[in-house]
Amino acid sequence: MFGDYSLGDLGAIFAMQGFAGLILFSVYVLMALGLAIIFGQMGVINMAHGEFMILGAYMTYLCSTFFQAHLPSLFPVYFFVAMALAFVAAGALGMLVEWGLIRHLYKRPLDTLLATWGLSLILQQAYRSIFGAREVGVELPSWMMGSVQATDTIEIQINGLFVMAITVLITLVVAALLFASRYGKQVRAVMQNRVMAGAVGIDTEKVDRLTFGLGCGIAGVAGSAFTMIGSTGPTSGQLYIVDTFLIVVFGGAASLLGTIASAFSISQTQSTLEFFLSGSTAKVLTLLGVVGILMLRPQGLFTLKVRR
Amino acid sequence: MKLPTINDNPFMKPMEWASLALLCAVIFLVLPLALDGFRLNLVGKYLTYAFVALGLVICWGYCGILSLGQGVFFGLGGYCMAMYLKLEASSVENTKIQSTPGIPDFMDWNQITALPWFWTPFKSLPLTLIAVVLVPTLFAFIIGAAMFKRRVGGTYFAIITQAIAAILTILIVGQQGYTGGINGITDLRTLHGWDIRTDSAKYILYFVNGGLLVACVLVAQYVKRSKLGRILVAMRDKEDRVRFSGYGVASFKIFAFCLAAAFAAVGGAMFTLQVGFMSPSFVGIVPSIEMVIYAAVGGRLSLFGAIYGTLLVNWAKTTFSESFPELWLFGLGALFIAVVLAFPNGLAGIWRQHVEPLLTRRPKAAAPAALPQGAPAE
Repeated sequence: MFGDYSLGDLGAIFAMQGFAGLILFSVYVLMALGLAIIFGQMGVINMAHGEFMILGAYMTYLCSTFFQAHLPSLFPVYFFVAMALAFVAAGALGMLVEWGLIRHLYKRPLDTLLATWGLSLILQQAYRSIFGAREVGVELPSWMMGSVQATDTIEIQINGLFVMAITVLITLVVAALLFASRYGKQVRAVMQNRVMAGAVGIDTEKVDRLTFGLGCGIAGVAGSAFTMIGSTGPTSGQLYIVDTFLIVVFGGAASLLGTIASAFSISQTQSTLEFFLSGSTAKVLTLLGVVGILMLRPQGLFTLKVRR
Repeated sequence: MKLPTINDNPFMKPMEWASLALLCAVIFLVLPLALDGFRLNLVGKYLTYAFVALGLVICWGYCGILSLGQGVFFGLGGYCMAMYLKLEASSVENTKIQSTPGIPDFMDWNQITALPWFWTPFKSLPLTLIAVVLVPTLFAFIIGAAMFKRRVGGTYFAIITQAIAAILTILIVGQQGYTGGINGITDLRTLHGWDIRTDSAKYILYFVNGGLLVACVLVAQYVKRSKLGRILVAMRDKEDRVRFSGYGVASFKIFAFCLAAAFAAVGGAMFTLQVGFMSPSFVGIVPSIEMVIYAAVGGRLSLFGAIYGTLLVNWAKTTFSESFPELWLFGLGALFIAVVLAFPNGLAGIWRQHVEPLLTRRPKAAAPAALPQGAPAE
């Protein structure tokens, strides 16, 4: 399969596909981060995670049309407003869902799966009724278009770079929040032993609600970033949900580092294979590899050593 | 959840015999007399999903393994049947105009000139009938052995079965030349020379389907009442304790999973025969999760409830999506949430809690107001 390309071409192909993989990686990390918090830390299977992401994407779409129509002078920076709005909207909806639905089901994880699947159907239909069944795209400000010519054969898109920068930033913020703040300490305490955490005076209900909201909010930001590289339709979220769950499980559910490592390996494998094989074969091989490894090592790549 | 009480009854309680008689009456008398040919064929299609729901009652309700990949087994069974029917429909006389006569039309469109090796066994009907059950069961055995021996269970198992459903769908859609792609295997005509498209054939197939369903109910009832069934329940409630008592937990789980897969496969094959095609849209994640909701609505602990639940949800789906297509997804979503939050034991739970006491112990004059129609179970 390498026969037809010269060595220089191959290098360029790997660099370009590697970069395409990095963009995929960024989106995967953003989606998986939210899920790693919700599934890894709280043990809740949120099948509606993709729909929270799409909510962020639609918020960005609304923002872009609003700024175009009413504040054209601020259009170059609308994206930052849109991201904040996506975070707030998805986070608020997430907290509402936690209050109305999830909090009754902490002891029945398989049932949360069914209930949130129902929620995802409702949200999908709501998007379809509000925004229409067709996919929508957003207008990018001019500074995000175009690409940087690194060498003769390697081109790097600016919007891709921007998505990566956002991903790094959010990952750092989440890591800081979880591992260096008082709130993060409470989250980890509740995760390790809910009863004990309650006994030492942590308001576990509040922590649960905030954590669920945070995870959903990050999904919203992921959706917002997603609009820069693809269009959004009511069912786009469902396409990503299986991949995202596999990433979180593959990385080891409770480990943030594992999530990032597994998102990296899966996205790179997939985008490199995609160049040489057809898209569907690449996807099948990647997923089969992940499932195969999970069968050999069910606890995932990285695990927390916690006594249960 | 209430444990089934240990009793001396060898096979079924009187109440269950009554439920079985009622089910047979509904399937073999009421529905065929009340519905026209088209609607009856539709009900026959719904009943093929009931096989899956029945398997889920054993696998999920009794053994506690939630599989989100039952569509895989339904689809594999259906595809095995469809491959046989397709080969029969693409005889050399029927496919004279192709560049390679004698192979299915979609292969010819994809420039494939010889029949792939895995299609050849499906030239024979006995081999096909064996494969319909054996292929999905073997597949389930491989998945189950790999997962349960390593003590992967609960949510992880659900996610991985879901991934397998996704992989198989992508594979079937991607390998168009070998599988028929997104359209599936269509244009099926005869079963061993017997035309399955006529009205009388559909009538006969409906009764064959009903008979198989009742047979599966009896098999499931046998498993449920046996000592094996009691171990399954024990594993669901306290897995470690069963393990420490010296039972091989993994083997029992593999058995339950394989049984559910075999039921689903029979349903899939009957689906192909009655509907006349098979496509990847019955394999993926969405149909697989919908099949779980059939069992959940009917009652995850009730064999009869699962069948009525399947009929009810599908009837609602057809009615609503015919008249209010936008409302259907809202309704289905709300149904998922309501069943989980308010009625974890489904219709059968309502029946058992509110109706059965009235029938058996102290008959009262007033029946409860919120009784769903046409959905008695156990």
